[in-house]
Amino acid sequence: MKVQDFLRATKFLTILLCAAPAVAQEPIRIGVTQPLTGAFAASGNYVAQGAKIAEDAINASGGVLGRKIQLVVEDNKSNPTEAVATAEKLIAKDKVPVLMGAWSSTLTLAVMPKLMEYEVPMLVETSSSGKITTSGNPFIFRISPTSEMEARAFTPNVKTFGIKKADFLATNNDFGLGASQEFSQMLKAQGVQVGVMETMDPKATDFSAQLAKIKASGGDTLFVTTAVEQATLILKQAKEQQVKARIITTGGSVSPDQLIAQAGDAANGSYHLVFFTPWFPEAVKNPDIARKFVAEWNARKYNIGGLTEGFRGWDGIHTIVEAIKAAGKAEPKAIAQALWNVKVKGINGDIAFIKQGPAGKESAQNVPSVYVVRIDNGKVVKN
Amino acid sequence: MEQLLQHGLNALMLGSTYALLGIGLTLIFGIMRVVNFTHGELYAFGAYMMYALVMKAGVNFFAALGLAIVLGVLLGALLELVLLSRLRVADIDTTMLVMIGAWIALQNAEQLAWTGVAVSINNPFPAAPLVLGPVSVAWNRVFVFVMALSLIVVAYKVINGTKLGRAMRATFQDRDTAALMGVQIGAVHTATFALGSGLAAAAGALLGPVFVAYPSMGDLAAAKAFAVVILGGLGSIPGATLGGFILALVEELGAGYISSGYRDAMGFLIIIVILLFRPTGLFARKERIG
Repeated sequence: MKVQDFLRATKFLTILLCAAPAVAQEPIRIGVTQPLTGAFAASGNYVAQGAKIAEDAINASGGVLGRKIQLVVEDNKSNPTEAVATAEKLIAKDKVPVLMGAWSSTLTLAVMPKLMEYEVPMLVETSSSGKITTSGNPFIFRISPTSEMEARAFTPNVKTFGIKKADFLATNNDFGLGASQEFSQMLKAQGVQVGVMETMDPKATDFSAQLAKIKASGGDTLFVTTAVEQATLILKQAKEQQVKARIITTGGSVSPDQLIAQAGDAANGSYHLVFFTPWFPEAVKNPDIARKFVAEWNARKYNIGGLTEGFRGWDGIHTIVEAIKAAGKAEPKAIAQALWNVKVKGINGDIAFIKQGPAGKESAQNVPSVYVVRIDNGKVVKN
Repeated sequence: MEQLLQHGLNALMLGSTYALLGIGLTLIFGIMRVVNFTHGELYAFGAYMMYALVMKAGVNFFAALGLAIVLGVLLGALLELVLLSRLRVADIDTTMLVMIGAWIALQNAEQLAWTGVAVSINNPFPAAPLVLGPVSVAWNRVFVFVMALSLIVVAYKVINGTKLGRAMRATFQDRDTAALMGVQIGAVHTATFALGSGLAAAAGALLGPVFVAYPSMGDLAAAKAFAVVILGGLGSIPGATLGGFILALVEELGAGYISSGYRDAMGFLIIIVILLFRPTGLFARKERIG
């Protein structure tokens, strides 16, 4: 036998051996697009880790429809153009019937037209801009709260905190601007005076000019909307410039554990809106699931500060798998149809979707739990 | 008035950091004419070396600062010897492409080594700020200010007062004549790039503890450094220093009194205005033709 023939025979055999079991039980693929590098890398990796825990837990208990699930995770590099490219790759090349992504309003908004084009549903695990569910995209299923929901959940605190005048500092994108707008509207309706509304470039590290202006405005409360890296620096620099206002972060992506580790003393006395409270799992709606998740997270030695992001990955993948189960097949249309009716016990609470946006092409929005926690003496305490 | 004083003080602190970023780049970009895209990565390298030395190895803060700068000089020398020494006579486009590649490779290496999660670096200065009447400033920023001014003076003396500095200026004005006069052209190239890189690493090592360290931290720093160098005039250390302070002042006042959303735009707007009137920047003399 010639060498070439031998090689050809080997190749043929290999193909046969590999293909045979694959036909029998090929896993159901779920596409995940997250910022694994770039400005939001920390958060994106935490969500991907939470999703991986969910994948392993689901496969350990037999998968779905008799098949295993397999996550195909792509890095959108914290960049909207890349986010579109990853979605296209996952849908067109990997043929995933459903996506989860894309961390942050800007990245999610960038991907949305592709969902319309290919008619593939996407579960949105992190994004707060109202635009996402009100622009008439029926392939959007969002489990994280909108800024408007966060503001509404915060309303009872306005009286208890005794807020008289509030200032704003937000990152200059869909997420930050949307949150500042919703919270200022809510506060005005409560009779609170709104001082200055400052913005910052999402990559900026020095906020001295903004903080000097906020100090001069003299509000008793400062609402900050950005990712955890900037929030850390804002707390430190506010202390340096002796800004006395109570600082409250919105958006649920400012990990209090990371703040304590990195801002130290400057983190004390600050308040944070979060969607999961791993410090007191008994406070959440489904404490058993929360405890199980926290235990697995710690067993894998993941960063403890990532829990408040990581849970989104768990909730997102479980919601998708529940829909695949209800649909009875892993096809985009059937999954989208089934997602409307799922009831999932998640870490954040019970997940179910309501309709938002223009009639006939509504997007799906979950009504999640929102908690306010405080950092006191280097510890996270219930508000 | 209080607000204006605070803005002024902030601009002074921020300006010294911009100036420090600018003088390293003005040596490489201004004198060597290498469009140095790795400048920001050397800055990040300095910050991560501080993290490794102070937070991981438990080295004294000030000793770590010195070590981080030395390591930055060595990395700069290595980059020059491995990548740039072959390109000394290549055209600017080729060099630029190689530097873009080095930038991407270095940034991803940082990500691989340190992950994407930002890290903070402790400093030995008191946490309570220095209060001067109605305004206040953090002690570690005062330290950065003093160190930045010292490093600027040192760099100026090296370029203008030493034999090495004279050799540098001669080499990049006319390499053939300098070589005929006995200047070791190769060594001067390496030394200039290493010195500029060392200054970038110094900026990172000083500012890492003020802010936080993360792999893409160099991008914004490099953008500011290029702005400062072009504003001040290529190759001019007094120009880069003044450029740094002007950029900081414009950003501070623009953000404070006009709109913080356009903070970065204000800086670049003033550069356009200055270049309209002085196309070679504030300090540079007209190009000499070799």
